[in-house]
Amino acid sequence: MECGRHLNIEILTLSEVVAVTGQAGAFSVTVKKNPRFIDMDKCIACGICSQKCPKKVDDEFNMGISKRKAAYIQYGQTVPLKYAIDPKTCLFTTKGKCRACEKFCPTGAINFDDKEEIQTFSVGSLILSPGYKPFDPAGIDFYGYGKIPDVVTGLEYERMLSPGGPFHGHLEKPSDHKEPKNIAWIQCVGSRSTNRCENGYCSSVCCMYAMKQALITAAHLPDGGRQTLFYMDIRSHGKEFELYYNYAKEHDIRFVRARPHTIEPGPGNTGVTMRYVTEDGRQLKEDFDMAVLSVGMEASADALDLSQKTGIELTAYNFAKTGSFTPVSSSRDGIFVSGCFKGPMNIPSSVAVASAASAEASKALISAKGTLTREKKYPAEKDLSGQPPRIGVFVCSCGSNIAGVVDVAAVVDYAKTLPYVVHAENNMFACSTDTQELLAKVIGEQNLNRIVIAACTPRTHEPLFQDTLKEAGLNGYLVEMANIRNHNSWVHQKQPEKATAKAMDQVRMAAAKVGLAFPIQELQVNVVQKALVIGGGVAGMNAALGLADQGYETMLLEKTDALGGNAWHLSTTAKNEKIRPMLEQLIQKVESHERIEILKNARLTSSTGTVGNFTSSIQIGNESREIQYGAAVLATGARESEPTEFMYGEDARIMTHLEFEKELAERKDRVQSAGSAVFIQCVGSRNTRRPYCSRVCCTHSVQNAITLKTLNPSMNVYVLYRDMRTYGTREDLYTEARRRGVVFIRYDLENPPLVAKTDGALTVKVTDPILGMPLELTTDYLILAAAIVPNETRELVELYKCAVNADGFLNEAHPKLRPVDMAVDGLFIAGLCTYPKPIDESISQAKAAVARANVILSQNVMQLDAIKSFVTDHCDGCALCLDVCPYRAITLTQHSDNGHTAKKISTDKALCKGCGLCAATCPKRGVMVHGFTTEQLRAQVYAALDLIG
Amino acid sequence: MSEPFEPKIIGFLCNWCAYAGGDLAGISRIQYPPNMRAIRVMCSGMVHPELVVEALTKGADGVMVMG
Repeated sequence: MECGRHLNIEILTLSEVVAVTGQAGAFSVTVKKNPRFIDMDKCIACGICSQKCPKKVDDEFNMGISKRKAAYIQYGQTVPLKYAIDPKTCLFTTKGKCRACEKFCPTGAINFDDKEEIQTFSVGSLILSPGYKPFDPAGIDFYGYGKIPDVVTGLEYERMLSPGGPFHGHLEKPSDHKEPKNIAWIQCVGSRSTNRCENGYCSSVCCMYAMKQALITAAHLPDGGRQTLFYMDIRSHGKEFELYYNYAKEHDIRFVRARPHTIEPGPGNTGVTMRYVTEDGRQLKEDFDMAVLSVGMEASADALDLSQKTGIELTAYNFAKTGSFTPVSSSRDGIFVSGCFKGPMNIPSSVAVASAASAEASKALISAKGTLTREKKYPAEKDLSGQPPRIGVFVCSCGSNIAGVVDVAAVVDYAKTLPYVVHAENNMFACSTDTQELLAKVIGEQNLNRIVIAACTPRTHEPLFQDTLKEAGLNGYLVEMANIRNHNSWVHQKQPEKATAKAMDQVRMAAAKVGLAFPIQELQVNVVQKALVIGGGVAGMNAALGLADQGYETMLLEKTDALGGNAWHLSTTAKNEKIRPMLEQLIQKVESHERIEILKNARLTSSTGTVGNFTSSIQIGNESREIQYGAAVLATGARESEPTEFMYGEDARIMTHLEFEKELAERKDRVQSAGSAVFIQCVGSRNTRRPYCSRVCCTHSVQNAITLKTLNPSMNVYVLYRDMRTYGTREDLYTEARRRGVVFIRYDLENPPLVAKTDGALTVKVTDPILGMPLELTTDYLILAAAIVPNETRELVELYKCAVNADGFLNEAHPKLRPVDMAVDGLFIAGLCTYPKPIDESISQAKAAVARANVILSQNVMQLDAIKSFVTDHCDGCALCLDVCPYRAITLTQHSDNGHTAKKISTDKALCKGCGLCAATCPKRGVMVHGFTTEQLRAQVYAALDLIG
Repeated sequence: MSEPFEPKIIGFLCNWCAYAGGDLAGISRIQYPPNMRAIRVMCSGMVHPELVVEALTKGADGVMVMG
């Protein structure tokens, strides 16, 4: 919705790239716009075309489980919310007859003369984001997909579970429409397999979505039913995902480590009968009501086509080829990639790489910055002080969408009887351009100072009407919408009288509220166009470099005397790129950048101010200094923990990953001559003390295991693990390690390996779950995959009033949709400080943080939202609201009043988000939210109960 | 015969979820009884308990706070 409304984003729908010529900074992109057959300017999304359309086709959004019409929208929240006619199925475009939509469309928006258009755009950068395709399991005969009705894919099941889906959220078995109670999920369908498909990689997201579906299903059933996940390794390697896995286990989701080999129709041709072999070799047969195939992701045909047209290189799996140090750059200069086109990833990673791609794309356009962007200007606001409300009510017919159910004429007549209403009229379409002009004219003629629009939802249309008011010289907050369409005529279609009565109530409530509305001033902040980056590791340096390249003076604060952080101790990435040369080059670039000031041995000691304008003191050695900045990126990092188990510290042959990296670098000969090496995974992770997965260690161990096998193929290399979590294309390394003869032995948290030293020999005892027998391994090296723990941030967290999770990692504003923003506006996070992650993901986040900070820093003056809390005279400083404010926007202040001092709260407008928790807590009406004051809400309640007027 | 009981319900709907859900119900044409009057709030947390009590004492048969 934000994209759709943005002044500087033009959305080209039904369009495809035909050709890309030119080079970075000056591309020419030829785009084919397919005809929509509906005029977007005229379409009001009433849906009548779809209702009247006689042609039913499979609804691809619901994975073909339900039907849609040939005149359609993909789903209710479509942006732009405009209907389209599908020329492949429309009766008129295919057979030359029908045109029912055209006959019934109330705005004359149907245009069968619409033609395909070719347009050429000049752009400086390109971002490719063609997404992925869910794996089609129809080709794998033993799963019975497509033949057994109760075998569905994960995405189909997702739609079946959805309240907006084909079954309205009521679970049904496809075979007999009865409620399934006992469902099996089968993991890794079309992933981690080179047998029946070519997808050797892990799709990264399926373990989590299957667990989510199982939990929702269980919650749906009165007794939870019996939900089972068949898996190879559970990969809950994301932030707080391991907690979710534990939660699923505690809530009776059954996890079975097996890959079912045959699914047959169940008894009576409903449900399924599944055959599988357990880890200890037992052959089992079990019946389920349904089987859900957790299908993975693969590159789509569109993505292949797009890569050919743009001339970029792909990987063996047809994902876009990128480097770990340039994670969003394609092989062609000026073309960037984001989302699952880069490889399988979940939503937070997708959002982060999308921001990173926008940072890179805008960096390339820096010389032309601001030349084509648009801004809107309004006339000065009229002074309304002392004027009583003069309310105008505009009742929209929305064609027949409202007028077909609600008696709009009666609503207009009724509105005229309400207090302070001086004008009421009916409009065919309140949102049309001519009505907007009319509205502005009537405001002037009738000297209206409050407006009620009885039409559709404020969530989509309030900005439009606010804009019209502003153009007419009124404050934008003097309009109130009565939603008589979405919340009335559309949902009470068979009760016109009651709908009309409700519409009158809604108008009365809106008029009562708007009568108490006052102009609200949008808060402005003068932005200090400078940035602060805290932490000089790879993430921090990338953030600093990105911000400086965008043109901002950037201070890079590092607590030690050297830049580089953990990267100094790492040799190669998962893609086998050498880290040291990259690091040295990065440091050199940062040190020589004219807009970067490096502050070593420095720490932050105070912080005041808010988004756009922070002031902090920093301590550098013995000196103290004050700095100002508009935004900050926190990249405080994490480190390898020191193990407390497996005899660590008692023998030189027992070492952590980083110590072993050093050993490999400095004493290669000794390593090469070793007879055996044992890796133990999850040392200090995924236990009660640290209930999270450290994400990087499985790949790290596998990489080093391969290195050992390369140095000395006859060496016995063992990896003792709980679940191998080589997610994404890292799975190839796991496959490679096994191919080279690395032995992987699984252990449980309850039954960990035992390390002992007898007569100088180091031994590890572990029970092999497949043999069911204890093994004793004598080893020359024992490498412990020690947990990654966050660096100390307590001081910073206190200064910035920002949030950390229970494990000490800094928290994002929203775990999925705002992965690099902190809840405190103007602060961003990147790298290991949020959660353990490999170098490419750290760099992606750093670049993403640059893009997000750029939104603030690119403006001289920043406009803040106007819906904020304010303090009234009733406040007596009881401070109850201080504790409930989730944004810590309230402080208690002393002020003197006629000689005696009193306490009162003060709210920080920049920190406040207008949630009103303070208002609901205050026993004295001492604090309220603009536009939603207690008086206004009460007026609505009274009006609803018909107690005024 | 008296008319069948039609409750008057006041609903406080969070702008970001419940109110949006109401919009979606409209787009999906899901039919429901016309007894609730919706008041849009920016967060269900801004609804003062006093207001809920007041609505009930002034004649509302039910109050829903949805968020």
